[in-house]
Amino acid sequence: MGSRASTLLREEEIEEIKKETGFSHSQITRLYSRFTSLDKGENGTLREDQVNFRGFMRTLAHFRPIEDNEKNKNPTASEPLNSRTNKLLFAFHLYDLDRDDKISRDELLQVLRMMVGVNISDEQLGSIADRTIQEADTNGDNSISFNEFIKVLEKVDVEQKMSIRFLH
Amino acid sequence: MATTWRSALSLYMLLLMVSRGLSLASDGNKIEPVDTKQDTRSGSHGEAASSSDSGSEVNVTLTTLPIVSWKWEHVSEPYLVALWIIVCWLCKLIIEANHHVTNVIPESALLIGFGFILGGIVWGADLAQTFKLSQRTFFFFLLPQIILDTGYSMPNKLFFGNLGGILVYAIIGTCWNAASLALSLWGCQKGGAMGDLDIGFLQYLLFGSLIAAVDPVAVIAVFEQVHVNEVLFILVFGESLLNDGVTVVLFNVCDAFVTLGGSKINAVEIIKGIISFFVVAFGGSLLGFAFGILISLLTRCTKNIQIIEAGFVFILGYLSYLTAEMLSLSAILSIVFCGICCQKYINANMDESSVNTVRYAMKVFANGSETIIFVFLGISAIDKTIWVWNTGFILLTLFFILIYRFMGTFILTWILNRFRLVPIGLIDQVIISYGGLRGAVAYGLAVMLDETRIKEKNLMLCTTLIVVYFTVIIQGITMKPLVTWLNVKKASVSEDSLIEKVQNKVFDHMLVAIEDISGQIGHNYMRDKWNNFEDKWLSKLLLKPSVRKNRDNIFAVFHRLNLKDAMSYVAEGERKGSLEFIRNESAFIDFTKKFDDKFSEVMSDIMADTSSHYNRGSSMRRDPVPSVCLEVHEQAIKGMNGVEDSHHLLQQHLYKGRKQHLHRYSRSNFSVNTDENEVQEIFQRTMRRRLESFKSAKMGVAPPKKISKHTKKDQQQKKPNGNSADKCKSYHSGDEDFEFSEADSANGYDVPGSLPMRVTYRAGAGIENPTFMPDPDPTASMHIPPWLADTEVDSSIAAPSQRAQVRLPWTPSNLRRLAPLRLSTNSTDSFMLPEAPATQQRGNEQQPPSAPPPTKRHM
Repeated sequence: MGSRASTLLREEEIEEIKKETGFSHSQITRLYSRFTSLDKGENGTLREDQVNFRGFMRTLAHFRPIEDNEKNKNPTASEPLNSRTNKLLFAFHLYDLDRDDKISRDELLQVLRMMVGVNISDEQLGSIADRTIQEADTNGDNSISFNEFIKVLEKVDVEQKMSIRFLH
Repeated sequence: MATTWRSALSLYMLLLMVSRGLSLASDGNKIEPVDTKQDTRSGSHGEAASSSDSGSEVNVTLTTLPIVSWKWEHVSEPYLVALWIIVCWLCKLIIEANHHVTNVIPESALLIGFGFILGGIVWGADLAQTFKLSQRTFFFFLLPQIILDTGYSMPNKLFFGNLGGILVYAIIGTCWNAASLALSLWGCQKGGAMGDLDIGFLQYLLFGSLIAAVDPVAVIAVFEQVHVNEVLFILVFGESLLNDGVTVVLFNVCDAFVTLGGSKINAVEIIKGIISFFVVAFGGSLLGFAFGILISLLTRCTKNIQIIEAGFVFILGYLSYLTAEMLSLSAILSIVFCGICCQKYINANMDESSVNTVRYAMKVFANGSETIIFVFLGISAIDKTIWVWNTGFILLTLFFILIYRFMGTFILTWILNRFRLVPIGLIDQVIISYGGLRGAVAYGLAVMLDETRIKEKNLMLCTTLIVVYFTVIIQGITMKPLVTWLNVKKASVSEDSLIEKVQNKVFDHMLVAIEDISGQIGHNYMRDKWNNFEDKWLSKLLLKPSVRKNRDNIFAVFHRLNLKDAMSYVAEGERKGSLEFIRNESAFIDFTKKFDDKFSEVMSDIMADTSSHYNRGSSMRRDPVPSVCLEVHEQAIKGMNGVEDSHHLLQQHLYKGRKQHLHRYSRSNFSVNTDENEVQEIFQRTMRRRLESFKSAKMGVAPPKKISKHTKKDQQQKKPNGNSADKCKSYHSGDEDFEFSEADSANGYDVPGSLPMRVTYRAGAGIENPTFMPDPDPTASMHIPPWLADTEVDSSIAAPSQRAQVRLPWTPSNLRRLAPLRLSTNSTDSFMLPEAPATQQRGNEQQPPSAPPPTKRHM
């Protein structure tokens, strides 16, 4: 299976992805086979979003654990996709549905509604959302900006909580 | 300097105490030496012996009737137990009182030190160690609650998240420790390093297995004080917990091998041993799960016996321990998993107070027996008979234990790190290795050794003791500096915040999604599957339907945060004034309580405002009729409308009823609630009646209401005697309730529920219930004492003035004199005058049986 995938994937492309995402060669080929199995239309993209393999890998790269040798490699280079800030940015964009760089109450409500059970009434959910925003909101605009988001999650071990171990 | 003095003093105190206790104890020993001898072997046997002894004694010596008699033998056994418990706990008390000492030396080490001293005293008194930690006491009465507590308060998510690592350390690590130690010691003996010892390889294996396990009691005692990060903590702690079970199993298998003897052991027996190991370990765990489910199921239906539902947890936990022991499964694993399994469900099922009871009682038992264990570990050392010194054996054991612990940890971690998302760092590995403290379980097992089969039992026992002392005291003391020196990542103390909780949940969902997308079954995926399964089946089975509904993590945090806010809000609010405005929004919560609260607030307000005025006046108003305000209303209505019959009705029902109630209430607080229906009926009838008359009157009633309230308040305030104040309060609350509902149903006022809280409160300045002040009247300032307000109103408006005949409803002319009279010192006569008929009336009306208080309506 792996060999079939790697034949479809050009070697230089793998190198580029490797550079960009930090995945190893074997991981990339494995994920490519996964990608092709997800790709029902067999046109190199996923669903209506037109996610190609590069995008797919870029998204997954956010969840790669930070390795020790990466931490202090060279700070001048552009931040890897799995840095703390990028992980947080990814999480932030999950909320920020309209891409205005702010999490509004409605956006938060939508996410909350998806997560909590049906037993919580809309009012309760509303007050939960209000309170959540209050906790983060420092400038009083009733929404959470990315800076506020980073600040309020300062103590959370994002590096660990937003990482999974990818198989080789 | 000061510290040494204080510790010396405390030591002295303790010695005094203990020697006193021991003089009693040694008395007992002299009187009945049989009892204490048997004590170590079998408790029940000794008890039977002592009771039969004392029984025969009574029969023999009874010649005359003794008024009191000295019956030490009768109580000696439980008495000694209780005495020892109190002595141990007092040791802890003394230790914990000296924080500068516990900062350096861990509590467990200090307790062992105290044990040495106590043991020395006992030895000095008896010249033998009469008190020892028997393995029966330890395994049946001291250990279970500690393990149950650890299981019950185990952070489940963390535990199961690191379960792989914990199991590897606990099973493989322990086996490695045991085997390597046995091999090395055996090799050293063959090499002649320990002189002439009669220990075979199997016996070394037995010794290795008993001393291999890290002890949870000792580990928690030390690690709780150093606050390492949670992953490190759970690794050490989980390992110590599980490997206790493992080591007991291992010990039993080895013990069986020793009994069989070397010649009979073949491959089949070894395989059977390994199988038995797994059966015992997993069987015990499964049994624990079963009992955990049983507890959860049981707490589903203990609503009606809430007072003892907390007990079920303990007794079933203990039963799971004993059952496992009976089936020769691992009792420790059984009770651990029982606690882990049931914690979530029982915390949800049981009443909150029961949950708190369980939580605290668990801690009391666990901490208590932990203290006892450490003290007795110390005491047990002071016994000449067990000490067999063999330098080679002891030192080599210590050395190998340390070395192999480090080696085992490093090797296993190296393997583990290949599979872990977050690898265990080198420093953490050092701490894990160094945290391998041995403790009471090892000692308990060593005591269990059979002397007939193992010739060098005493050597093993004292080696075990030395290992325990070395690890607990030396490693315990150096652990903290080591943690600081190595700069181990400490546990972060973070406040609960909703957004973190939400975000964590988002992270969880995200990881599951990514694992799904990338097509691998990782542990997030498994956890998600488990959560779904639990939601669908387990919680349906184990949780009360009522609880199941509102069980959401985020909402729970939200609720908790709100509760916290409410608490601080109350604290803040009470500092600033009353919190009565809450009533604006929720009209039908328990009024009586709130009114009471409000009254106290209001009273203080008025007191502050008018204290100068009626300091003198109060003396004469000490015995006001509590029902005055009712009279006022009735009189007012009567005066206004001439609706005589309503007045009569009121007098017949409400008035008498209340008098009656007041009378009874003063005698017994709890007999009030007897016939609720009657209360309801009378209350509703009178209310309807009043409402009708009220409507027909079509008068603005606000001012008199205000006035009546004032009256009530200052009456209440004048009451120096708590009982009558109580009466008055309950009475008033009933009345006000009445008024309130009247106002509500009459639609006479618009209840300013929409007013901002602060505003209402300020405007009220003491009497701020908006329902009672429907149209805030700036002229009627609340700072004016009520009676002055009366006269004011009196002079300005005609109609309300009549109603405002607060205390003297009989003639308007009386009222004219009222205000000045009240303030004057000489007014006693004229003031008391109108009271006379009222009291008379009250006296007449005591007989009617009906009408318990309306007050209780809301209770």
